[in-house]
Amino acid sequence: MEKRVTFSRWSIGILFAVPQLILIFTFFYWPAGQAVYWSLTLQQPWGGGNIWVGLDNFRSILSNADYWNSITASLTFAGISTGLAMVIALVLATLTDRQLAGSRLYRVVLIWPYGIAAPALAMAFRFILAPEAGFMAVVNQVWPGFWDPGLDGTDAMASIIVAFSWKYVGYNFIFFLAALQAIPRSLIEAAAMDGSGVIRRFWDIQFPLITPTIFFLLVINITESFQDSFGIVDIMTSGGPANATNLMVYKIYSDGFRGLDYSGAAAQSIILMLLIIVLTIFQFRFIERRVHYR
Amino acid sequence: MVERTPILNFLTHVILFLGFVFCVAPFVIVVIAASHNLKDVNDVPMSLLPGSDFWINIKTAWTTADLGPKLFNSFIMSAGVAAGKVIISALTAFSIVYFRYPGRMLIFWLVFITLMLPLEVRIVPTYAVVANVLSPYQTILDLTGLSWLIEKISGVQVSLSLGLLNSYTGLILPLIATATGTFLYRQFFLTVPDELTEAARMDGAGAVRFFIDILLPLSRNNMAALGTIMFLWAWNQYLWPLLITTDQSHATAVTELKQLIPNVGGIPEWNIAMAGTLIVMLPPLVVVVLMQRWFVRGLIATEK
Repeated sequence: MEKRVTFSRWSIGILFAVPQLILIFTFFYWPAGQAVYWSLTLQQPWGGGNIWVGLDNFRSILSNADYWNSITASLTFAGISTGLAMVIALVLATLTDRQLAGSRLYRVVLIWPYGIAAPALAMAFRFILAPEAGFMAVVNQVWPGFWDPGLDGTDAMASIIVAFSWKYVGYNFIFFLAALQAIPRSLIEAAAMDGSGVIRRFWDIQFPLITPTIFFLLVINITESFQDSFGIVDIMTSGGPANATNLMVYKIYSDGFRGLDYSGAAAQSIILMLLIIVLTIFQFRFIERRVHYR
Repeated sequence: MVERTPILNFLTHVILFLGFVFCVAPFVIVVIAASHNLKDVNDVPMSLLPGSDFWINIKTAWTTADLGPKLFNSFIMSAGVAAGKVIISALTAFSIVYFRYPGRMLIFWLVFITLMLPLEVRIVPTYAVVANVLSPYQTILDLTGLSWLIEKISGVQVSLSLGLLNSYTGLILPLIATATGTFLYRQFFLTVPDELTEAARMDGAGAVRFFIDILLPLSRNNMAALGTIMFLWAWNQYLWPLLITTDQSHATAVTELKQLIPNVGGIPEWNIAMAGTLIVMLPPLVVVVLMQRWFVRGLIATEK
């Protein structure tokens, strides 16, 4: 879509775009280029510039068991937390959309978690899931040693998944509810007239019509699970125990800033960048298709 | 829907109520834990009746983590980022929609691609840039030989340097560029009728006047929605402030929370930790509750 009426002074038009262009050049494109450069070079330990090493950095991280462990952890985290957050949100949104008494209240309250900063909710869950105080301690009293995220990798992973899912249930809920409410009531009423029950109507009418939203949320949840998880991991587990929750972004951060291994961190950044590019392209291809729908 | 489904209705209420509890319980537990004294908060199971130490804990958390100045920093940063994003994306969208200069689509795509370069994948180099924000330009001058030329002609050695670590500018500026905001405005500007532009031009208004007097007042709704979302987004930033505020004076409330985690083997002061958590989560929660309409609208509009 184009404007029919436009202004003719090009110079003014370009000036309007300049501030954003300067910002994205300085803080997006330059650092991204720098990351590519660092990933292909190695900083000399005694200074004196970088030497070209080609793909050596990539080879060394890809042959590193710690890195593969981090990828597995990230994928586990992304898969389970996305699944949980989306299924719970879809159930709640569908039921809220039935508009029984009290649904207004749910519409307001179920959104709250998304407003909370990841580190703050991580702190809350760190207490709630603490093995010695909090609420899991009750379980530990019955079965001693059942739950200890400080020692057991699976427990730690479960903790960060719960914290992340809690936040993203709110987010997914907003989108599912909006999508469900966009479905014309007449469709559902017609189906009801034909004798289909609530559950039948969900699977045959509502679910197919909101598949675009489902795909969209799937991509967003996975990308966010790479990005928004940093605060949760840093507060709840610091990547431990024994690297069980050392997700990709956390590893980039700790290798880059604690280990000062810029080249290794840069190579990991590039791999993560590729992953996010693939996901974004996937998302936009599919959004294009959704436009065709209408 | 006019149909009788008593069992399903009952189940609906039960599940929704469970969902409600699932969403609200963490907030409630934080508030209750923040009101206990040290012994009660570590009781197993913790009593769900509020204790009496709420204000004492809030005060302790406030002073331990020095939350006053930190909340102020958070506020400056969030307001700055929100305002910056609202303004800069309006400018860019205006340029893309209302002019037809060559390279317009290139600018559109340059902005678009930033979506694929989230902060998390370029933390280390972005940090290096912010340590000296003019370093990209210095490098360009060096590589093109311009700095050599300038030195030859004027005798001045070019070394551009401007560090932004530990400053509000450093906290705010790198977060301002926004693709989603630009698209939101673009979508909106495309729906503004051409007749308005024609009328304005007939009355002798130029591009700048049209932008300020007509387009901006029309996009107030957009601004409110975008501003709300971006304020929350900025308030909840963690990684960026953590990196660039090596000095306490510019740390934000969210990064300071880490100070309150009880040490392993130390005194488990969970009551203080929860009081601090409550203070940090309250401002965004208030924004969500008060601005719910804009929040929901902004979320759905920016993501689509």
